Amino acid sequence: MVKYVDHVQVVKRMNGRLVVNKMFKIVFLLATLFALAALGVLVYRMFDQGWGYLSADFITNFASRFPEKAGIKAALIGSMWLMVVVAPISLLLGVGTAIYLEEYAKQNRLNDFIRMNISNLAGVPSIVFGLLGLTIFVRSLALGKSVLAAGLTMSLLILPVIIVAAQEAIRAVPKELREASYGMGATKWQTILKVVLPSAVPGILTGSILALSRAVGETAPLVVLGIPVIVHFLPNGILSEFTALPMQIFDWAKRPQEEFQYVAAAGILVLMTFLVILNSIAVFIRNKFQNRY
Amino acid sequence: MVMKQPAEKLSVQELIAQSRSKRSKKVVEKIMPILLFITALISVLTTFGIVFTLIFETIEFFTKVSVIDFLFGTEWLPFSGKEPMYGILPLILGTLKVTFIAVLVAVPLGIAAAIFLSEYASDRTRRLIKPVLEVLAGIPTIVYGFFALTFVTPVLQEIIPGLKIFNALSPGIVVGIMILPMIASLSEDAMTSVPNAMREGALALGSTKLEVAIKIVLPAALSGILASVVLAVSRAIGETMIVSLAGGATPKFDFNVTDSIQTMTAYIVQVSTGDAGYGTTIYYSIYSVGFTLFLFTLLMNLLAHFISKRFREEY
Amino acid sequence: MVKLSVKDVYVAKGQNLKVVSKEEKQTVYHSKKLNLWYGEHHALKDIDLEMKENEVTAIIGPSGCGKSTYIKTLNRMVELVPSVCTQGEILYRERNILDNKYQVEELRTKVGMVFQKPNPFPKSIYDNIAYGPRIHGIKNKKVLDEIVEKSLRGAAIWDEVKDRLNQNAYGLSGGQQQRICIARCLAIEPDVILMDEPTSALDPISTLKVEELVQELKENFSIIIVTHNMQQAARISDKTAFFLNGEVIEYEATNHIFSTPTDKRTEDYISGRFG
Repeated sequence: MVKYVDHVQVVKRMNGRLVVNKMFKIVFLLATLFALAALGVLVYRMFDQGWGYLSADFITNFASRFPEKAGIKAALIGSMWLMVVVAPISLLLGVGTAIYLEEYAKQNRLNDFIRMNISNLAGVPSIVFGLLGLTIFVRSLALGKSVLAAGLTMSLLILPVIIVAAQEAIRAVPKELREASYGMGATKWQTILKVVLPSAVPGILTGSILALSRAVGETAPLVVLGIPVIVHFLPNGILSEFTALPMQIFDWAKRPQEEFQYVAAAGILVLMTFLVILNSIAVFIRNKFQNRY
Repeated sequence: MVMKQPAEKLSVQELIAQSRSKRSKKVVEKIMPILLFITALISVLTTFGIVFTLIFETIEFFTKVSVIDFLFGTEWLPFSGKEPMYGILPLILGTLKVTFIAVLVAVPLGIAAAIFLSEYASDRTRRLIKPVLEVLAGIPTIVYGFFALTFVTPVLQEIIPGLKIFNALSPGIVVGIMILPMIASLSEDAMTSVPNAMREGALALGSTKLEVAIKIVLPAALSGILASVVLAVSRAIGETMIVSLAGGATPKFDFNVTDSIQTMTAYIVQVSTGDAGYGTTIYYSIYSVGFTLFLFTLLMNLLAHFISKRFREEY
Repeated sequence: MVKLSVKDVYVAKGQNLKVVSKEEKQTVYHSKKLNLWYGEHHALKDIDLEMKENEVTAIIGPSGCGKSTYIKTLNRMVELVPSVCTQGEILYRERNILDNKYQVEELRTKVGMVFQKPNPFPKSIYDNIAYGPRIHGIKNKKVLDEIVEKSLRGAAIWDEVKDRLNQNAYGLSGGQQQRICIARCLAIEPDVILMDEPTSALDPISTLKVEELVQELKENFSIIIVTHNMQQAARISDKTAFFLNGEVIEYEATNHIFSTPTDKRTEDYISGRFG
């Protein structure tokens, strides 16, 4: 019988192949570690530059021309005001849309178009949302550079993210639970309100908080809206002018004096702390309320 | 509920019949889908709002500047008082320079990391590394921009002596770091959804893990990986704060990456932070640039959609 | 707490429906020339079946024979599948439920259902049982307490869970979960209970408990049960219908079907030659 495979040869070449395998494993590992290293260097730099400028005064002072007197109070409170507007609007619209798409929408062209539209909206650059907000909210509706104008713009920006997160959470509710509810004579809306939504709430909240933290860190739309940076007052309502953390940081980072670099770094530390707190809440909700279906 | 008789005389069915408020129930059942449909329409309205805003203001812009000059002009000098020039090619080229460098950084690293995570890493390592990628993806771009300006550029200047403070290289690299997690995690998703049976088949023939990854998993997950790259490119094109802080404000029509540039997004930021009045040509120019940017990203998103739909693997 | 036995309620309900003696049992369900399609697929063909009250009717047949589809048509749950189309009549207490004017919610308040996989809600045991009464507008805490206790007793699980009514139902075993689901169904005191392979996901001991429960419930409820387990049908049912490829091959008293089946195909199936 003719043998096509020469096993002696195969074994000889096997060693080489295994060495190549080992080498590439190391290459892939290094590529992965690059991401870790980048994060490490970034965080280290921010602490290195900003830690010295982080003080109680920095949190409680308003902005200033002098780096040693500059504070972040207006921006920090402004960002919180922004969240107060963005959270309810984006949640209401996002969850409403998700319920419509998952529970009511039939397979037809209109609904396909809505779905397609949402996935495309998610890919529109944030600065373009700024142009939309500038035209519609700041000018046409004459809301000015207010918390409301910025909040509406940011709500639309993170809407696709919340919709997708809510859709996934709703889809994860097993159909057996819906059947059980219908089987008891519950109507569709009763089933959604009493069975589907309560089971989906942890997933919806986790996704929404992550989306909110994106809204807190976004700068470009605020720049386009013309949100001011030197603000010496706190907003007294949603129609008040305000500034926000990333705007303040952007302004400091642009300044030529070297000291302002450190102020900017300190501002970044405040922003990152804000985001870490938000994300911890999201992780906590995910772990605490995870359903075991 | 007032109950005249003691409970034991009543059956539940009778209680139900008593308390049934059929009409309000019916109204709610009819109204809710309509209300929810209206919320769903908001997202459609947003898209229309964006498209119409951009189109109307761009038309306004073209009453002042010729379309030909805009599309084919190689000089972008809106602030030159006597003879402003509005040729968008330098801005597009600036954007493409940054995007190209970002892709050079992010695609090999991202795919390599995806291969490591899906083919080599143990469950524990994966659980350790994936959150880091998530954190990296969650860092605001303003922070990346600051990092590019105050860390990456000085470091690069040590290595490349002629490098200007504002250049394409530093923001390009940092945009690459920013889109890396996106490519890595989307590609990893595509690879992990390749069924294990295919891997086992190849391993049982004596393949090494590398051969399985390159010859079996990569081709099978190719469409997912391609889609992730296209989406990342779209993100890089629209990226604003990194290029505004570290890229500069001098649009140039050349292929030099060590000199100051300006991208489409950075131009919009420059005008927005300046004091160009409402109704000036400069004011309208940001919409024409925004519209061009929107078309670029829309094209990329549709392409990604097409790739993942057209080449979806049926396992 | 006022004790409220299942029997009392039955009497109360009986008055509603005009009291009838046990000998002349009334018809609860009567399907006439029922046809059903999933898109192109003809899943039920000319089904003629009549079910009596206070009986256990078992529906057996190989998988894909249409037995699950049929039981889900009886409370119109089948409509949750898109592209379903029906023809013919199903009379429930002499009214055609396939008529569009018939309110499904009303029908499902009278006809309860127990599913293949135990599907309690991710809520407390109490909230699970109270779900039905609550959505139908019963809010009085005292009444709800009574309903919960009575239903849990009715499903023979009261003693096992009475001390942890506020715990999540997911902490219970599969067999207990299924009896919770039966109790949840009893809470709105249905007239008929539909059971779609209720023991297929349970271990033998839990299965036995559910079977004993079915025997007790028969006193007060009419029960229609789909099962893939022929011994189970033989053990618990009064009448048995054998489905094959969407048709009723044979419908007879259970002891008759298992001892002297008329049709050759029925004989082949119950003797294990296919299925």
